Amino acid sequence: MGGNHQDAAVAELSTGGLRNRIYDIVEVRRNRYAIYAALTVGVMLLPAFANNYVMEVFSNAFFYVTLCLGLNIVVGYAGLLDLGYAAFFAVGAYTTGILTSHFHVNFWLTIPFAVGFSIVAGVIIGGPTLRLRSDYLAIVTLGFGEIVRIAARNLKITGGASGLIGIERPVLLGLELSRIQHYYFVFFVLAVVAILISHRLQHSRLGRAWQYVREDEDAAEAMGINRVAVKLYAYIIGAIFGGVAGCFFAAKMTAISPETFQFNQSVLILLGVVLGGMGKIPGVIVGGLVLVLFPEFFRQFEQFRLLVFAVVMLVIMLYRPQGIWPESRQ
Amino acid sequence: MSTLDILLQQLANGLILGSFYSLVALGYTMVYGIIMLLNFAHGDIYMVGAFLGLAILTTIGSVLGFGWGGILAAMCCSMIITGLLGVLIQRVAYVPMLSAPRLSILITALAVSMVLYNGAMAITDGEYRAFTVDLGFEGIEMGAVFITYTQVALVLATAVLMVTLYLFVHRTMWGKAMRAIAIDKDACRLMGINVNAVIALTFFVGSALAAAAGVMAGVYYGSIHFFMGFVIGLKAFTSAVIGGIGSIPGAMLGGLVLGLLEAFGTQIPFIGSEWKDVFAFAILILLLVFRPTGILGKTEIERM
Repeated sequence: MGGNHQDAAVAELSTGGLRNRIYDIVEVRRNRYAIYAALTVGVMLLPAFANNYVMEVFSNAFFYVTLCLGLNIVVGYAGLLDLGYAAFFAVGAYTTGILTSHFHVNFWLTIPFAVGFSIVAGVIIGGPTLRLRSDYLAIVTLGFGEIVRIAARNLKITGGASGLIGIERPVLLGLELSRIQHYYFVFFVLAVVAILISHRLQHSRLGRAWQYVREDEDAAEAMGINRVAVKLYAYIIGAIFGGVAGCFFAAKMTAISPETFQFNQSVLILLGVVLGGMGKIPGVIVGGLVLVLFPEFFRQFEQFRLLVFAVVMLVIMLYRPQGIWPESRQ
Repeated sequence: MSTLDILLQQLANGLILGSFYSLVALGYTMVYGIIMLLNFAHGDIYMVGAFLGLAILTTIGSVLGFGWGGILAAMCCSMIITGLLGVLIQRVAYVPMLSAPRLSILITALAVSMVLYNGAMAITDGEYRAFTVDLGFEGIEMGAVFITYTQVALVLATAVLMVTLYLFVHRTMWGKAMRAIAIDKDACRLMGINVNAVIALTFFVGSALAAAAGVMAGVYYGSIHFFMGFVIGLKAFTSAVIGGIGSIPGAMLGGLVLGLLEAFGTQIPFIGSEWKDVFAFAILILLLVFRPTGILGKTEIERM
């Protein structure tokens, strides 16, 4: 019995030691830039070696990283539970889909529209509910996610249950983006932009306000932070991330259907955020990657993929609420 | 059919739908009232209750038959087992999280819901299961309106369960302890009330009621599906909010109100039945904007 204790203590020490060593490496600024540079070069070189399947998986992974980072602003930074995130992703995808296939609007011009609609949707849902207990937001967003999906399935303009087809490809500097390699880079850039925005937001005045509201709402309000406005900003910014990601999703797929935006989709994105560690950018990136890569490696679990994810989510919440990428020492 | 007939028929439909909503909403509202937890898994517990009821009915059907006797026995067994499942979930997933941040416990509840839901999907291969019963199709005929005895029995069974619950909460010591904990948990602990046991009991009762609703829904619709708990969970929450969350009479009333609103809402021109769910959520959002405390709720709004 005593031996077990000692073993546990040794294990604790050695993992702690390893963790600290990793932080020592990562936290030296010069090393950090070296790591970024190595990762970027790796991403740039990958298409030269990889086949279309690998390209597809990685573009998907970058796409989910973007979505997870967007949801992380709502869940991780502001501490609000959003269970209908797929709805914003749907708003963006359908905006691009409808404008390009029905009205032949240039793809790039549809992005501002998608941003606008995401903001409107965010204000309609967030405005009234953010004044109440945060539990209400969770259930209202869940209902909103269903409303958007049902609306997409029953309206004429969205193509009903069979969805929209014939979404036009974007053209960038004379090059039509149609190959998977193009979208690999598009989603990589999208993910990098999302990382940069998340990073800047986290260390901004607004980011600190979010953290304050998340930790102690009453104290934050006493310090003059407008609690509702600050939460609404988080909700809207998260919505914009989802909307813009949705535009590119529509362009990549050229066809979208309401079933892409089911409740499971929202839960999956939330899982990515929870898995890696809420509120921490590297953690969320890892979470998004795991979300896409895990099912590719464990094909035999295909049928039980969501069950495995659900159990993992439960275990993480019970035993490791900080996520797989631990909090840095500060 | 005359307009009056249509109204009467929808009244009957709305009452049945409302009974299911009320029974599920009671579990939501009781758990919320006592530990302020939005139990996302509650809709899935209703689904599990329905599947357990079907499994038990299939087993005992050869002895007791598939009529009312068999159904009643299956419903009671399912209520007990599902109630214990509710207690298990509370012990494993919620007790360790009670002091954690609110977001963590909400995500835990969601995870429990996903485990139940995906587990049921894996077991049933995602297929509908026929809920075979032998009740006949006789009923009461009033002009063009036709109400089967099954429908009458379901509404009566709901009424019996609700009256029992009301008596339990207001006439027994356990019920008194429940009401006291909803007001002040720490004071209850000082007074020697076994708070954890009472919370477990609340989960038991709430889950058992959901299981009853699940079995009744199976009898009424004739088939069950792993996905059946999702929408009713949302609707039951809406019912609880309509009545005032935390209030037991509120949940009963809210469920009936929502059931009737939905039944009549589908009769409004241009709103087909495919928009039925949207209608319910729109009510929820409007209610949260204008009267978040519901019909019978307390007037103060507690902030998070």
